[in-house]
Amino acid sequence: MILNEGKPVAKSVCVIAEFQRGGFRSSTFEVASEGRKIADGLGCELCAIALGAGVAERAPELGRFGVDRVFVTDEPFLEHYLAEVYVPVIADVLGRIEPAAILLPASADGKDLGASLAGRLREGLAQDCTEIVCDASGLKARRPVFGGGCDAWCKWAPGAIPIITCRPNTMDCSGPDMHRSAETIRIGVEKPRPRSEVLSVQLEGSGGVELTEASIIVSGGRGMQGAENFAMLEELAGELGAAVGASRAAVEANWRPYADQVGQTGKIVSPALYIAVGISGSIQHFAGMGSSKCIVAVNNNPEAPILGKADYAVLEDLFEFIPLLTEEVRKIRSGIA
Amino acid sequence: MKIVVLIKQTPDTESVIRIAEDGKSIVTDGLKWIINPYDEFALEAALRLKEKDGGTLSVLSLGPQRVVNSMITALAMGADDATIIDDPALDGADALGTATILSAAIEKIGPDIVLCGSRAIDCDQAQTGAMVAEILGWPHLPVAVAIEADQRRVTIERRIEGGTMSLRATLPALVTVGGSHSVWNPRYASLPGIIKAKKKPLAVRRLSDLGLDPAKFGLAGAKISVASLEKPPQRSAGRIVEGGDAREKARELARALHEDSGAF
Ligand SMILES: Cc1cc2nc3c(=O)[nH]c(=O)nc-3n(C[C@H](O)[C@H](O)[C@H](O)COP(=O)(O)OP(=O)(O)OC[C@H]3O[C@@H](n4cnc5c(N)ncnc54)[C@H](O)[C@@H]3O)c2cc1C
Ligand SMILES: Cc1cc2nc3c(=O)[nH]c(=O)nc-3n(C[C@H](O)[C@H](O)[C@H](O)COP(=O)(O)OP(=O)(O)OC[C@H]3O[C@@H](n4cnc5c(N)ncnc54)[C@H](O)[C@@H]3O)c2cc1C
Repeated sequence: MILNEGKPVAKSVCVIAEFQRGGFRSSTFEVASEGRKIADGLGCELCAIALGAGVAERAPELGRFGVDRVFVTDEPFLEHYLAEVYVPVIADVLGRIEPAAILLPASADGKDLGASLAGRLREGLAQDCTEIVCDASGLKARRPVFGGGCDAWCKWAPGAIPIITCRPNTMDCSGPDMHRSAETIRIGVEKPRPRSEVLSVQLEGSGGVELTEASIIVSGGRGMQGAENFAMLEELAGELGAAVGASRAAVEANWRPYADQVGQTGKIVSPALYIAVGISGSIQHFAGMGSSKCIVAVNNNPEAPILGKADYAVLEDLFEFIPLLTEEVRKIRSGIA
Repeated sequence: MKIVVLIKQTPDTESVIRIAEDGKSIVTDGLKWIINPYDEFALEAALRLKEKDGGTLSVLSLGPQRVVNSMITALAMGADDATIIDDPALDGADALGTATILSAAIEKIGPDIVLCGSRAIDCDQAQTGAMVAEILGWPHLPVAVAIEADQRRVTIERRIEGGTMSLRATLPALVTVGGSHSVWNPRYASLPGIIKAKKKPLAVRRLSDLGLDPAKFGLAGAKISVASLEKPPQRSAGRIVEGGDAREKARELARALHEDSGAF
């Protein structure tokens, strides 16, 4: 896709990188890795577009995950994602290359950017995909629909540019190959004059693992009986390097913030391990965590539906069991067991 | 202030989804239909804006005849008028097509602000709102969990990874609404509301009424379509963790997660 007097000479797969607070998010590396596979399948190169404040210095890192070339726009006004500012810059770069497909992480910003970009380019977008295949008829993407009740395989009309956001933790991430680095090309832009603006950003205490990107989640439900009892789950989570989630029942009881809610009207997560504690396993809860690789349920009611769908079912009182589990995990972690 | 809320009707969240014989659509017989929960949140947010500053609140939906019931619910909750766009040419429309049609209908109404759900729980594409804003050339603020507006501007709060962000746009603007039941606590339609709803205006329009060419919409005009639907691999019951007491079970679970599944 080398720029040849402004004209593209070959197509490329394009990844839109997400850069925040000094680094790329892990979901961006997964998307780059997936993009590499698709680019190899199509026999073209993989480029990336990276916007942010201070992103130029880090951009070559994308090469470790298979990106050949990164178009970088590094400006202070790009510190926070805002559709009105990001979309014209990205659309401009995309106009100079001839993308065969555009991939983004299905993060909060990535999904909004994907939607805005598809609207601007008048192209078709498949959100939150869990698998992408590339065959003679083009790309197809799998995405869970109807609350996980079924998966849709989406395809694009001839000539359309597929835009795809990838659900974190669902695609294999190969790399990093520390010996590789991507070539960077700086793209200058004028400061846009948007009609929207970021007024402020409040970050919570550091150290927390983001729910949607966590590879282990410990979630509590109504069975937890009170906000104070979540300390027990925090402790187990701390031992496992996990994030803590909640069912709607726990959120409605005001034991946990709504941002922790997992389910059809909460976050959709796909961790390697999901430990559901005092959660019955409603259809709406499963809509948010059913694609987890391994599910553990801790419940004292043999009739609880979740026990029939869990990889490991523990029929115990959670108040007795969780501290013991934390202890056993700690032993393994410290090499005592 | 003139407010429009976009409403999509979706199957109830308890629905058992069955794939139809064509392998691309679902069996709709016997499904119970509701207002998409996020659109209910958007409607609640809009009703609060209207209660504070006055104005009118119109609801707009694209869908078949059955959508009437959801529109009556919205009117009973407090919307002033409803428009349904129902046209046989809509079958197979993608989100871009849907957004194009909704944008044309919005332009006819000429609102200061449009609120809609951040996602529809059935097809879950989380994109229609942003596309509408792009087509109208308006700013949009995504996934709001709090909204304030005056005659000129709208301010929202949104969750980002690891914190919250506050954003503002000048009107006209579109806001997609996120959060959950605990954030918005949407009101129920009251009995007097239901009686009043029957007298409120409810219009059904065709694409040609909006000056749109039906041949450009539906599957024929779609950039993206469903090739097939499949049931995800069903989760079957795994193993019951055995042990004489809670400690033995805890030890066995920790061992299995560590050694057998390599989960930590
Ligand atoms: C439109 C709509 C959207 C929804 N969206 C969501 C969503 O996003 N997320 C969500 O989670 N729900 C959602 N729900 C709600 C859902 O239907 C359930 O009500 C909810 O998931 C129940 O939460 P729970 O499992 O924590 O509580 P319960 O169903 O009450 O289950 C509590 C469990 O704890 C067990 N328990 C109790 N005490 C102990 C103990 N001492 N030791 C061990 N186990 C114990 C019980 O046996 C029981 O199985 C939604 C519902 C609707 C209608
Ligand atoms: C199984 C399946 C998978 C699909 N996958 C794709 C896909 O990957 N890409 C694609 O482009 N199309 C897809 N479609 C088509 C898509 O369902 C429709 O185009 C739909 O109108 C927009 O998608 P959504 O309902 O998921 O909306 P979302 O973008 O999730 O909806 C967000 C908000 O937009 C508003 N809105 C959406 N639809 C309407 C409406 N009809 N009337 C009023 N307001 C509305 C609501 O406020 C809603 O809360 C799919 C359809 C099916 C059946």
